Formats: sequence, structure tokens, C-alpha cells
Amino acid sequence: MTDTSPPPPRRPRPKLDDDNRAFWTGGAEGKLNMMQCGDCGEFTHPPRQICRHCLSENMAARAVAGTGAIDTFTINYQPWMPGLPVPFVIARVRLDGVPGVVLTTNIVNCDPESVDFDDRVKVTFDEQDGIWFPVFEKVG
Amino acid sequence: MAREAYISGVGQSEVGVRLARSPMGLTKDAIMEALADAGLTIGQIDGVASYPGKSHGYLGFSPVGVDEVIEQFGIKARWHFGGGEIPAQLSAIAIAADAVRNGHARHVICFRTVYEAAAMARPDEFPALRRDTVEGYSQWTAPYFAISAACWVAHTAMRQMKRHGMTREQLAQVALNANRNALLNPRAGNITKKPLTLDEYMAARPITSPFCLYDCDRFSDASTVVIVSAGDALDEVSANPVRIAATAGSVDRWSWDQPDYMASYPTGKELWTKTDYKPKDVDTVQFYDGFAFFPIGWLEALGFCDIGEGHRFIEGGTRIARDGELPLNTGGGQLGAGRLHGFGFAHEAVTQLRGKAGARQIPGDPRVAVATSGGGPLAAALLLARD
Repeated sequence: MTDTSPPPPRRPRPKLDDDNRAFWTGGAEGKLNMMQCGDCGEFTHPPRQICRHCLSENMAARAVAGTGAIDTFTINYQPWMPGLPVPFVIARVRLDGVPGVVLTTNIVNCDPESVDFDDRVKVTFDEQDGIWFPVFEKVG
Repeated sequence: MAREAYISGVGQSEVGVRLARSPMGLTKDAIMEALADAGLTIGQIDGVASYPGKSHGYLGFSPVGVDEVIEQFGIKARWHFGGGEIPAQLSAIAIAADAVRNGHARHVICFRTVYEAAAMARPDEFPALRRDTVEGYSQWTAPYFAISAACWVAHTAMRQMKRHGMTREQLAQVALNANRNALLNPRAGNITKKPLTLDEYMAARPITSPFCLYDCDRFSDASTVVIVSAGDALDEVSANPVRIAATAGSVDRWSWDQPDYMASYPTGKELWTKTDYKPKDVDTVQFYDGFAFFPIGWLEALGFCDIGEGHRFIEGGTRIARDGELPLNTGGGQLGAGRLHGFGFAHEAVTQLRGKAGARQIPGDPRVAVATSGGGPLAAALLLARD
């Protein structure tokens, strides 16, 4: 018997630019980089070169703690691409120290049924061709 | 007195799955039906509007452009619009209403043609959206295989369960109501073929929690047309016109995941600032239901119930049934009658207000309806009145 099922699909690859490069490549150094304003201190996400709060152009990517909590989630059962292993969890994670920002991401390395609101999570990275996708796993 | 805008005619092609007829052919069918309905000829049309314009990167989503319709039908356009960066699908009708109020055109064809089912079956002619690389907003969701809006809206629906105690049995009422109404809609026959029970719903294949198969609209092939006419051009119209009493489309943040609430909430609040009508005056609501949670959000957003109470408002389904106090999606919505992508809600509202809905006609003498489209950061609302 040969396994004729398709290989698991690759994550769709973001097109890198000056706005998003630090976010999608920071994992190479183990960093979750978020764009912060050097003037008002607020974070702008999705990342941009101009602060969406005060319009300052004094923006820089800053490594944040990489911890947070599950704001909301869904257990996905539908293979949206051929060979996509299911079920898996898609969550919105509230990041510690980054007020007003959530990340849509996957909760990995756990039973999907074990995920709940407000679970504490920390970042880990799934690398694929030079993109370091921030995903999260449960802590505690 | 400000100039008024009216819907003078509506039309719709066959609604199907993997139809052989071309997208322009379907568009023609809907336009000819709407012209006949309004008592207009194509020579009297001087404006065209659509959402989102031709989508070259994913032709099934929107295969027919405004430019092509002008050229195909020999329309001498004095005004036209086709674009996606507007509040939501029905905003194309709101913009056309502004155009006729301001004298830019007298009779505007507003159309939405969809071909997503046929496109999937004929990818050589109608290539699918590429998924290997992503940019713009989708880079924040697609890399996590949150590829369908079902996943993004599931996040909002799950929050309603956590914060406000929504149950799947309550959510089910949207799909069950859609099913009952679609069975009475001749145009829904290719989409809904048999009754759906609560037990079948509860046992259905899960898509992304809390949504099951019946909570997600189905790709379909169809065209829907609404003709918007100026108040001072109604002497040319034979059908009973319906006034576009107010329109709204507000968005606080254009993002599916960052804001805590959908754009329907500011949009709903805004609609009532533009009219003397109140929610209690509304006889029927036609709410976007690409995913079953959206109508629950619209009920709250428009003030038919308090925020966090939408799922209790529809509990048991009697209140939103055709003979209930607020009939919802009387033609079956998109869950029951196909993914017409927004325009079907305006079509059904007009049909009900004119008393032309046949077996699914709501009782009484309906005079006021709300039609909406959109979810997440998309939201548009039309208040339609036969006054």
C-alpha cells in the first residue's frame, strides 16, 4: 500500500516589505517583534512605518515578551487546502505589554479540545523558507 | 425637500450551482427581468453601479465589470461606479441613491454577479485565488490556515458564547429559519431541496466551531439586479417604487481581527440618525447571513434587542418566522437561497414590501424593511419604505 494522500500544505507565505519584515523574520533570533512608536509609545499592528495613533514616523520594531492569553478561538475541522491536517486551533491572542493588539495565530502542541478562553500562552516559531511564523503554545 | 431615491425594479437570474450559462448571460437575465419589472427600457438607463467591480485575481467572485455591462448593453452612461473599497456590498446601491438624488443619473442598474460554484468546476477559465503567497490583510490570517472568513467570524461567535451564553441551539435558528423560507422561494430550488431539522443541524459536519455546514452559505452562480431611480423620474416607472429612506455604512477599524466589535454595530446606530423611522416601525429584516452569526449581530446593532441578547431574541425561531413579530430572511437568505453576496437582501426586501413574494409573503401590509450586507469590518444598511 502506498500513501497517496497529498503532503501537508505549506503555510501561505507573506510577501516581505519594510512594514512587515521584522515581524515575519524576528523568530530567527527568537524574537516576537511588534512595531512601536518612539514618540507616543503605542503599538501599530498590522505594522506600518507611520504610527496609527499619532502619525509619528519614529517607528521601530521592538521585541515583546511573547506571552499572552487567548482572547477567542475556534477549533477548525475543515481542510481548506488539500492535505491540511485537522482539527487544529485558530486563536486570537492578546499579547502581554502590547495593549490593543491581538494576533490571529495557531495554538500548537496540545489537544485542540483542551484550549479555552483566557488560557495563558507563549510564542514559539514555525520556520518555513526564511519566514518564522509566530505560533503559540499553552503554558502552565 | 431633498430629492429622493427609489428602487423601481428588481431582477434575478436563475440561482444555481455550477451553471453552464455565462456570467454575462446571467447578468443579462437579471437586468432584463428588472427592466420589465420597472417598466423601463435599456435606453432609459443612464447609470451603472456594482460591488466590487471585476475581480481579476479571482474571477468567480466577481466575473462581470461595470465597464463590460455598459459596453454589452449599449448603455449611454452619465454616471457609473464599480469598486470594493466601500462599506459593503449594498453600499453600491447607497452610492447610486446618492447619485440620483444629486441629479447625476435618472435610472441606475445596480448589479452583483457571482460565479463561485461554476468557477470551482472550471478553474482553467476562472482561476482560483492563489494561496502560495499572501499580502495585504490576508497575510495576518492565511498563514495560519484561517483561510475562510468562516474562521474569522467563528472567533466573534465564540466570543458571544463565552460572554453572553449563546448556545448552538440558539444559533441554529438562523439556519432553520432560512431553510423553512427557502423551501417557499422558487429561486432557491437549486440550493435548498429538503427540510432541515434541529437534530440534523446538531449532528452536521463541523466546519470551524461553533459553525457547522449549515451555518455557512454555499457558493452559487447568479446575478441580482436592483434599479435605483430618481424621485423626479418615477413618471417613467410602472412598478410600485420603494423609497430608499436612509443608508449607512460605518467602520471604526478596517480589520477582521483587531477590533472587539463588528462594523455592523456603528453602522446600525448610524442608520437611525438618518431617519424618523424607529426599529419598532420595521416590518421585516433581511440580514446578511454569509455565516449564521451575522444576523444575530445585526439584530443587536440595529437596536432590535440589547447587545448580547441577539441569540435569545431568536430563540425558538417564532419571533423571526414569517408570521412572527420580525420576519427575518424571508427568501431564505444566503444560507437557504445561495451566496448572492449581499444584493439578495435588497431584492427580497423590495419583493416583500410590494406584496409580490407569493407563498413566502409575510402577512399584514409591510411598509418598512431593513436590508443589510457585510460582516467583520464590512457593513452597509438600507432602510427601505413604501410610504
